[in-house]
Amino acid sequence: MNGFRLRWRKSINILMLTLTGVAALSVVSVLFLILGYLIWNGGKSLSWDFFTHLPAPVGESGGGMANAIVGSIKLLVLAALFGLPIGLIGGIYLAEFGGKTFSFVVRYTTDLLNGVPSIVMGIFAYSLVVVPMKHFSTLAGGFALGVMVIPITLRSSEEFLRAVPGSMREGALALGASKWRTIASVVLPAAKGGIVTGMLLALARVAGETAPLLFTAFGNQFWSPGWTQPIASLPVMIYTYAISAYPDWHRQAWAAGLILLGLVLLANIGTRAALNRGGADRSV
Amino acid sequence: MASNVSAAAHAPRPLRVRALVRRLADGDAVAHIVTLTFAASIILITSLLVYQLWIHSADSRKAFGWHFWTNSTWDPVFEHFGALPFIFGTVVTSAIALMIALPLGLAAAIFLAELAPRPVSDAISFLIDLLAAVPSVIYGLLGIFVVVPLMRTVIGPLLKDTLGFLPIFRGPNYGLGLLTASIVLSIMVVPYIISVSREILLTVPRDQREAALALGATRWEATWKVVVPYARAGIMGSGFLALARALGETMAVTMVIGNAAVISTSLFSPADTIASMLANQFSEATGTIYLSALIELGLVLFLITFILNGAARLLILATERGGGHAA
Amino acid sequence: MVSASGGANAVGAKVVRVVPNPAGKAPSEETSVRFRISNLNFFYGPKQAVFDVNLNIPTGKITALIGPSGCGKSTFLRTLNRMNDTIRNSHWTGSILLDDQDITKIDVVGLRRRVGMVFQRPNPFPKSVYDNVAYGLRVNGHQGRLSDLVEHSLRRAALWDEVKDHLHKSALALSGGQQQRLCIARALAVDPEVLLLDEPCSALDPVSTAKIEELMFQLKDGCTMVIVTHNMQQAARASEFTAFMLEGRLIEHSETSRLFTTPRDPRTEAYITGRFG
Repeated sequence: MNGFRLRWRKSINILMLTLTGVAALSVVSVLFLILGYLIWNGGKSLSWDFFTHLPAPVGESGGGMANAIVGSIKLLVLAALFGLPIGLIGGIYLAEFGGKTFSFVVRYTTDLLNGVPSIVMGIFAYSLVVVPMKHFSTLAGGFALGVMVIPITLRSSEEFLRAVPGSMREGALALGASKWRTIASVVLPAAKGGIVTGMLLALARVAGETAPLLFTAFGNQFWSPGWTQPIASLPVMIYTYAISAYPDWHRQAWAAGLILLGLVLLANIGTRAALNRGGADRSV
Repeated sequence: MASNVSAAAHAPRPLRVRALVRRLADGDAVAHIVTLTFAASIILITSLLVYQLWIHSADSRKAFGWHFWTNSTWDPVFEHFGALPFIFGTVVTSAIALMIALPLGLAAAIFLAELAPRPVSDAISFLIDLLAAVPSVIYGLLGIFVVVPLMRTVIGPLLKDTLGFLPIFRGPNYGLGLLTASIVLSIMVVPYIISVSREILLTVPRDQREAALALGATRWEATWKVVVPYARAGIMGSGFLALARALGETMAVTMVIGNAAVISTSLFSPADTIASMLANQFSEATGTIYLSALIELGLVLFLITFILNGAARLLILATERGGGHAA
Repeated sequence: MVSASGGANAVGAKVVRVVPNPAGKAPSEETSVRFRISNLNFFYGPKQAVFDVNLNIPTGKITALIGPSGCGKSTFLRTLNRMNDTIRNSHWTGSILLDDQDITKIDVVGLRRRVGMVFQRPNPFPKSVYDNVAYGLRVNGHQGRLSDLVEHSLRRAALWDEVKDHLHKSALALSGGQQQRLCIARALAVDPEVLLLDEPCSALDPVSTAKIEELMFQLKDGCTMVIVTHNMQQAARASEFTAFMLEGRLIEHSETSRLFTTPRDPRTEAYITGRFG
């Protein structure tokens, strides 16, 4: 092996190290770019009005997104009520009771559900809820988001339940606790940190979803009383305002984007930090 | 039952055995049934989803049959529905997005898995995971106000100046269009390629790497010539996963693609993908055939992503089992 | 606490009074017997782990199970409280009588309350010290004030003085030896008739081990004990009867002093003199 060839290979080595590093850093820089733009453009438009006022009529400036903020909260509540229990209890089944083939089918189906494009989820909710009700509603939107919550919650619940050591279960059984008692009083409390963070992450994920709401919750210029009327939501407002022709609405879209991203990132970073500190398994 | 006998036998003991013991045993059966029901409901919901897509698209399938996929006229007014423009838009944007994202993502993944020191790799991976959590509509927001002007004022003219003789770079450039959508899509898809590929690369057994290094290979050579080929199937799987995501991406695409049901040779031309047109037109759809045609498109989107996800999972599994040989 | 062990109250006990064993005899029909195991064969799937074991566990005494690793002693122990039921594809044949009741016929939850277990590695729940001890009491129902019962168990386990000011701190903050004594307290809280100990000191330091052995001696009158150990000195120190198992078979079972000084079977002698295992 002559000296020249060796030097050539070494410089290729360094070149590739640099190039791949540049690739990684440029991808990461996109995150900061997004944050930067949102903070710069959105920060300017954040005001007390933004949080407390209803949208102004088309073309007029001012107004806020109070109804969209409340709307997103209501939709998340519905999604949580519908999706979290199914995900958690299904996860308990898979981790504690599961029969071999049935568990496989459940897991496979859950993965399938996870991969469904969100717009198709919207179509599903449309055909199941909007069509019979003959109009858009909070319920329809909440249902669409709820179905999306299920696979995320189930997978993380099962994972954290399985991480509870068998010796703990045996300790409880040896004291004369029945299986369900063991699960409820020992296994679940031991896994609760991870399970809760999984739920928060699932909710953070669907909070930013727009497509499934476009023809289920639809949108609303005003407050949406009850659960059977169309309702505004942050992501849909961002979309509507961004594609509009009004600079004032554009500004509000930035502000809303900042709020939305801020909450989503906060949830992701917060749960990640909590998991690490708790010493729980940080897999995937 | 025996519990009564035990109760009498151990009466002097401080603890009395509850007759509840029998009830507790049944409690286990109840718990089993309840949890099973909840787990089964997932199967029910998914079946319902497929069923709904199928029956609500029946009208359109019956009316248009296979021509649905070859016809390029999308005319809601006269109720002629041909989906070719949307297939075109979907295919083109996804293909270009992957052409950009795969090399970029793979390079970054290699850096993170093989070349970077662990703490740096962990920190950057964390940030990239955050990128994956950014909602689509926010990407769209940046797409409209940052990428589109950039395309119109910088990238477009640059491409026209240098490669303008190519038909794909001819035609008017408004900023919105296939190329812009592809670029935005590639940024959205890259984090998935990176995180999956990185994990795959990390599962390659150490001795593979070490064998190469022991033979005098440089780190890059060991990586590129041994580790990456070993993980080839899994990396391909990550590509499939990314593709599945790209196909289903709706909001960011619909905000920058221009929303026109056309097929064009120019990348600057506005277009539509299946997902982006559904977002646009679904709430406006009148008439059962129109709606049925839209739902048929939704059904197809579902099927394609289903197949891709399945293939991806198989490929990733193949690498974890023994690397290199699949596909 | 020091009642006629099992004696008048245990249904089906053969004899009321405890007769000291003549030297050289295994517990006979004249001694009160807690567990009567006959023709026990245990299988993990197709693989047999225990072959035709016949053994009587005398009441109020400490019985040690010794043997090289893999000889089936833990498997045997876990069968006594049907802990192996949780292992799929396992099954056993033969009969196991607790106070002359077939353990397969009584409710398993009730069985486990009567036959407690302490595991090889301390496995306290991620709860407070108090809640750990109270767990069995809460699950099984109890008479009397909870805090009194908790204190009582902790005293029996010789742990009270060390934790009485820290009852509501996490059990995981205790040292290894303390955690194991906590697990013993937790098991004792439900007042079992039999306590099964599966190598309880193997993960502990010598000081903690000594404390636990002392503990066992104080407890045995109210509570029959079966201890699996790979530490022969421990068996010799702490138990009154010893059973030696090898490759799934019971080779010899007699009074500890006799087994260790004049073993009948050459394999026993080989094991205790350290020629293998």
